[in-house]
This record gives sequence, C-alpha cells and structure tokens, in this order.
Amino acid sequence: MEILLIIIIGLLHAGGLYMLLRRSMFKMIIGLILLGNGANLLIFLLGRLVKGHPPVIEDGMKVFADIYADPVPQALVLTAIVIGFGLQSFAIILIKRVYNVLHTDDLDELNSTDEEI
Amino acid sequence: MLIAVILGFIFAILVSFFSRFFKKAIPFVYSLLPLSLFIFFLQFLGEIKSKGHILFHYQWIPSLGIDLSFRLDGLSLLFALMITGIGALVFIYTTYYLKGHKYLDRFYGYLSMFMASMLGVVLSDNLMSMFIFWELTSISSYFLIGFNNEDPASRKSALTALSITGFGGLVMLSGIILLQAVGGSYSFTELLNSSEIIKNSTSYGWIIALFFVGAFTKSAQFPFHFWLPGAMKAPTPVSTYLHSATMVKAGIYLLARFTPLLGDTFWWNSTLITVGAVTMVYAAIHSVLRVDLKSILAYSTISALGILVFLIGIGTEKALLAAGIFILAHALYKAALFLITGIIDHETGSRDVTKLAGLQQVMMPVAVAGFIAALSSAGVPLLLGFISKEVMYEATLQFGNWAIILTALAVLTKILLLVAGFWAGIKPFTGALPEEFKKAKLPSPLLWVPPLLLGIMSLGFGAFPSLIGQTLIQPVFSSISGTDTVIQLKLWHGFNLVLILSIFTLVSGGALYWFLKPSKEIFQKTLRFESISPQNIIESGSKIFASFAGIWTRFFQNGYLRNYVITILAFLTLLMAYRLFGGVNIYVDWEQISPVSHYEIIVVVLMIISILFAISTNSRSVSIVALGVVGFANCLFFLFYSAPDLAMTQFSIDTLTVLLFMLVLVKLPKNKQYSSKGIKVRDAVLSLMFGTLIAILTLEVFEEPSSYEVSKYFADNAYLLAKGRNVVNVILVDYRGFDTMIETVVLVIAAVGVYSLIKLDLNPSKKDL
Repeated sequence: MEILLIIIIGLLHAGGLYMLLRRSMFKMIIGLILLGNGANLLIFLLGRLVKGHPPVIEDGMKVFADIYADPVPQALVLTAIVIGFGLQSFAIILIKRVYNVLHTDDLDELNSTDEEI
Repeated sequence: MLIAVILGFIFAILVSFFSRFFKKAIPFVYSLLPLSLFIFFLQFLGEIKSKGHILFHYQWIPSLGIDLSFRLDGLSLLFALMITGIGALVFIYTTYYLKGHKYLDRFYGYLSMFMASMLGVVLSDNLMSMFIFWELTSISSYFLIGFNNEDPASRKSALTALSITGFGGLVMLSGIILLQAVGGSYSFTELLNSSEIIKNSTSYGWIIALFFVGAFTKSAQFPFHFWLPGAMKAPTPVSTYLHSATMVKAGIYLLARFTPLLGDTFWWNSTLITVGAVTMVYAAIHSVLRVDLKSILAYSTISALGILVFLIGIGTEKALLAAGIFILAHALYKAALFLITGIIDHETGSRDVTKLAGLQQVMMPVAVAGFIAALSSAGVPLLLGFISKEVMYEATLQFGNWAIILTALAVLTKILLLVAGFWAGIKPFTGALPEEFKKAKLPSPLLWVPPLLLGIMSLGFGAFPSLIGQTLIQPVFSSISGTDTVIQLKLWHGFNLVLILSIFTLVSGGALYWFLKPSKEIFQKTLRFESISPQNIIESGSKIFASFAGIWTRFFQNGYLRNYVITILAFLTLLMAYRLFGGVNIYVDWEQISPVSHYEIIVVVLMIISILFAISTNSRSVSIVALGVVGFANCLFFLFYSAPDLAMTQFSIDTLTVLLFMLVLVKLPKNKQYSSKGIKVRDAVLSLMFGTLIAILTLEVFEEPSSYEVSKYFADNAYLLAKGRNVVNVILVDYRGFDTMIETVVLVIAAVGVYSLIKLDLNPSKKDL
C-alpha cells in the first residue's frame, strides 16, 4: 500500500508543479493546492501507516495499552491543512479581484506595474 | 605606533563630523597632524640604523592569524617619512590652494584618511592588514580624484582608477592567501625565514604573478598605466601627494619589500625588467607628446615608476641602491613640479605648456623652485637626481650580456624625462611674458614655500650625500636587498663611462629641449592611435564583460517567476538524479509494506483519475470538482490510517475550498490556451522528473529507520500531564499551543485580507467621498 501512496505523492507533486508553471492564474492555484495535498500526504506517510489505532487514549486508561498511530505528523499535517486553506482562500479572492480590475487571467500581462487601476 | 597609524582615521572622522564647529583658522591646525607624525618618525632614524628593524605587535583577529603588527625598517621608514613629510607640505599648501572651498573639511578628511592608510600599508608586517590598508588607499584615492564631484569626467576617472587598483588589490589578495598557504604565516617577518621553501614551491609562479598584478596596477605599469593620467582630474595637491609621491609608489614598495623574500629568480627579474622597461620608455615618449602640464607630469611619473620597477627587476645590489635613492629623489623633485604646476594653474588659469612663458618676472621664488626641481629631474650634478642617475647607469652597465640594451633604454628614458622635466619646471618661467598672463602675481608663501623647501632638500641631499647616506639610504638598502653590504654615496665617481653617459644624457637632453617644442599638432597626431591604446582595449573589454553580465542576468532574472522555478527545480532534479544514479541503492523493503485491500485500490484509482482530470481539463468547473475529489480521497486515506482528526479537518476544508472556488471563479470566462505545445511538453517532462524524484526520496526516507522518542513522549504524557486523551489535540492546543495561536492569527489575517478584497472599491463614486 505504501508504494501506491508514494506513487500518488509523486503524481501530486508532478501535477502540482506542472500546473504551477502555467500562465493562467487559475491553473496556478490548482497547482498550489495539488502540491499542498502531496506534501501533506508525504508527511503523513512518513509517520508510518497504522490501521485502526488512532492516537486517542481509551477511556479509563492513562497511557496507551496497544499500538497507536504516530501523533506528531498528524499534528503537523493538521496545521498545514488549515494554513493551506488560509492561503488558498486568499489567493482565490485575489485572482478574482485581479480579473475584475484587469480583465485578464494571464500572469504575463501583470508584469507591468504602471497599470491604471 | 598603533596610535600613529590610527590617528589619521580618527582625525578624518572628527573632521567630517565636527568641522562645522570650528572656525576658519583651523586648516593650519590640520597641518599639525602630518607634521607631528613626521617628527615622530624622524626620531626612529637612529634606532633603525643600529637595530635594522623594530616590530610592534597588537592582537586583532588571532583566530584567523590576522594581527595588527607593524614593522619599521629602513624601507618603511623612508616611506613613512615621505608620506608624513610631503603630507605636511601638501596640507599647508592646500590651506591656500583650496581656500574657501565649500568642501575643504571633507578634503582634509579624505587626505588624512589616505595618509593613515598609506602609513598602514608601509608599516604593516601582517600581509592581511597590509591588504586592508592597501584597499583603503584605493578608496580614499577614489574620493580624492572625484573630489570635484559635479564634473562627469572627474567621476569617470575616479571610477577607472578605483576599478583598476581595486582589481589589482583583489588579485594581490589571492597572492597573499597563496603565500600564506605555502609559507604558513601572514607575517612578513616570519615568512622571510621560509624564503627558500616558497621559491622552490610549485605555487611560486602563481604567487609572483598575482603580486605583480597588484603592484603593476597600483604603480600604473604598462598596460594598466592609463588610470594615472585620468587621475590628474583631482585637485593638484592630490596629484602631488597620491599620484606622484606616495600612493603610486605603493606598488614599488610592495616589490621592494618582497625582493628579499621572492626576488632573485629568473621569472621575477625578467618580468620586472621587461614591464619596467616598456613602461619607462613608453611613458617617457608620451610625456614629451603632451602639452598639458599635468599630463606631462603624469606620464613622466609613470615613466619614473617604470624605472623603479626596472631597477628592482635588475636586482643587483647597485640596482637596488639606485632604486632606493631614486624613490626619494623622484618624490622630492616630482612633488615640487606638481606643486609648481598647481601654483601656475592657480595664478594664470592655464596649464598649457605651449602658452606659458616668462613667469619668472612675476613669481621669482616659484621659478627658483621649478628650476631646481627640473635640474634634479635631469640629473645635473650637485642634485639628488644626479646621484640616483649615476648609480642607475652603473647598475645597468654591470648587467652582463644585456648591459648595452638596458643602458641604452635607460639613457633614452632619461633624455626624454629631462625634456619633460624642463618643460614643466623651466619652460613656463623663461622667455617673454605673454600679454594674457600679465595680471598673474606671486601668491601667498603658503603656496611657494613647500616646493622651494623640497628643492632645497634635493639640493642639500645632492650636494652633501653623506647627510642621508648612512642614516637613511643605508637602512633602506639593507631592507630591500636583505644584505649587510655597506654602501657609499659619492658625488664624484671619477672620470669613467658612467660620467660620459651622464654628460651625454645632459647634452642630448638639452639639445632636444632646444629643438623640440611642445606642440598641439603632434599631440593631435598621437590621438589617431587611441583605438589601440591599452586604455581603449581594457575599457572595451570591460564593456563586453558588462554586456555579458547583462545577458547572463536577463537570462536567469528574466522577470518570470515560473522560469525561476523551472531553473531552480531543473538544476535540483538533475543534481539529485546524478547522485541517485551514481551509487544510491534504491530498494523496497517488502517486510515493511502493508497489504493492499480492494477499497484502498478504488480510492487510489479515483485519486489518480481526478488528478489527471484536474490537470488536463479545459473547463474550470470540472477541474474544481476534480480537485475536490482529490481532497476527499486524501481525506479517506487519513480515515483509513487512524487519523480521524485529519480526516475531519480535510473534509470541512475541502468542502469550503470547492464552494469558494465555485462561487467566485465559475463566472470567469473559459480557460484560454496560453502556452505552445513545446512549452507544455517541456514543463510536463520537468514535472514528471520532479515527481519521480520526490517519490524516490520519499521511498528512501521511508526505508530509513526512524525514531519515535518525541511521539512516545507526547503519547505517554498526554493524559498524565495535560489531561487529554486525544494526543493530536493535546499536541496542538497544549504542547504547541503558542504555534496554534499564531496560526489562528495567520488565519485571521487571511480572513481580513479576503474580506477587504471583497469590499474594496477601487473607483469610489464622488458621493462617498
């Protein structure tokens, strides 16, 4: 299973980079999100896959009695997901705004700073 | 000793910051600085004569082997005396020359900074600190050449001088480092002991080549000489001080200083003789082709520097002695000539040697000073120039098979320099006074006393060589040659070949002065060869370099962020691929791999399909939906592998993102095709390579055994210390609570940003205002 996940991680990174290199701002954001997903999955995978044992201590116990999934990568990924959302939502609104003002989706047309706004 | 060197820097800082509090009389006070230093150095004469050298040691950066240690021996004492002595005269001269100039204080600041750095160069025993002072002289020279900062030509000359000397300094730095690597020390005194090791090492050639570039650029040797005539844009006191008497001699100092350490080998001698001879003849010819007094002096200075390099290159005891005397003789007469030129310029407003004449009628003392300086430069008996010339001819005549050629070159140079010296020191004062200069008058003694004083010294030392023979020249000779030979300075060498050559020089020089008149026409003709002059070649070389740098920069810094990404990632990928293929064993440890169940396969397939859709589709809505599916599949993976919190977060966030996307972007027009097929293929190849790289790296990391200590600590203490059962939550809100708080702040900022972008009205109608 890990091998399949590694392939998916590679695919997400490849797809993310490809979209990041497009001239369209919309595609760029898609690329950003794909890359983010790939990175999250990578960190998660490196905590090793454990089925059915979430890192939650059972009621009445004080410590884990059984094996448990690694909580540290989970905490990291959780933070990353939330921050990623902040970034994505801001970027989405921003390109919408840019489009409304400049009527273009093409990054290369934003190179000039003298645009009348 | 440290204070003596540093004083100039302190003074420069004080002057530039506090001068406004002083009154006008203060410039005279400034001159006390070099004067007192001059007296300070004078008192070492006796000690140096008896002891040879004195070392002063101050720690600076011991960990790098860089110390502020100063070595005072004959050579450095001669330079220190010249720097402070001529410095004092120049300081006094400037009080009148630049009287009332609005930046006078700044000028003194630069000048004393230069003096301090120059003292640092000649006194430093540690080569690193010598390099630092060396560069400081270049920098202060830059400021002084560009002192008339409103004149574009001044600025250009200043920049040329700085780039040439700065370049040479950097080259010399590598020479110093190489020398340290071979000799094991930055201290000159310590290196002297390993002279043989250095000369026999394989790096010897490199070391002397690098030092030569440093010395030749500083001392304006062919083909780096052209910055010096340009540097004449500086006010005359600067030309006197930096570009004739002291700074340009720093390269000579360097060569003389390293003669006992690196000298007396075939490459050392032949390179120096060749470069010196070319420079002295080339510049001497140029000096009699010019009509501007300062240009004449500039080229004759270059020629004199060439003579010094030439003499050091010959390297026999006689030649080194001649070099030692000539350093002093040249400083005395050339500084005087420059100061006189400054007076003429100041009083008549002209430096055109074809027009100037008859000024002795109005400024007799200046004429006397000019006369003495010109005669000393010509090498007339009873003047210091005569002694140096005699010893020089003796040296060239003794030089084996090449004696005739070298002597001929020396005589030719001397004849031409005689003419140049007469033009500068005698021609302006003789003949009939032209109408336009009738109004010129004798300036304040502040201007004419310094050159006269220099002339008296030339005369005194020349007529009574014993005055300096044992006290000054002997220690100088000992430190250049590194031997204990006792020298004798004599006025009369007997009736021999040298004397005949001397007389021949004087007679033919005098005849040439009589027949050859400075003329603008000849000068104009030489301009035709400008396109093949070293200046032009080096300047166009630097232009090509600049445009190459421009192309290089525009290629990499082309303003397209994605091209930067491509460059960086392509480089990274290729580099890593090279390493991975070059010996890393990629394997899969099947023991660690968990089995695959059918529902997992479904999710994997779903994910792959949706990634491909998100990339390839041309419709916005389809790609947003595909993106949503990718997110949800991710969410399922989290769920499968015991991460319920992640699954919940991912689920809600993914939903929100898709909704936001749909609401905001779906109204935009259809995607356009911006890129050509070729670019797409290129990007796709790079992306696939990058993805493969990440996958391989993940696999590699995955195969590495990892440590769970941190996780175990959190898991063990989550309930006991933090009273929480969900370890992930405990980590986030308790152990890493501060992180989470900052994260919340980030989200709030993003939310404020989103809100204000939505509400922002860029074209408010008038009623709102």
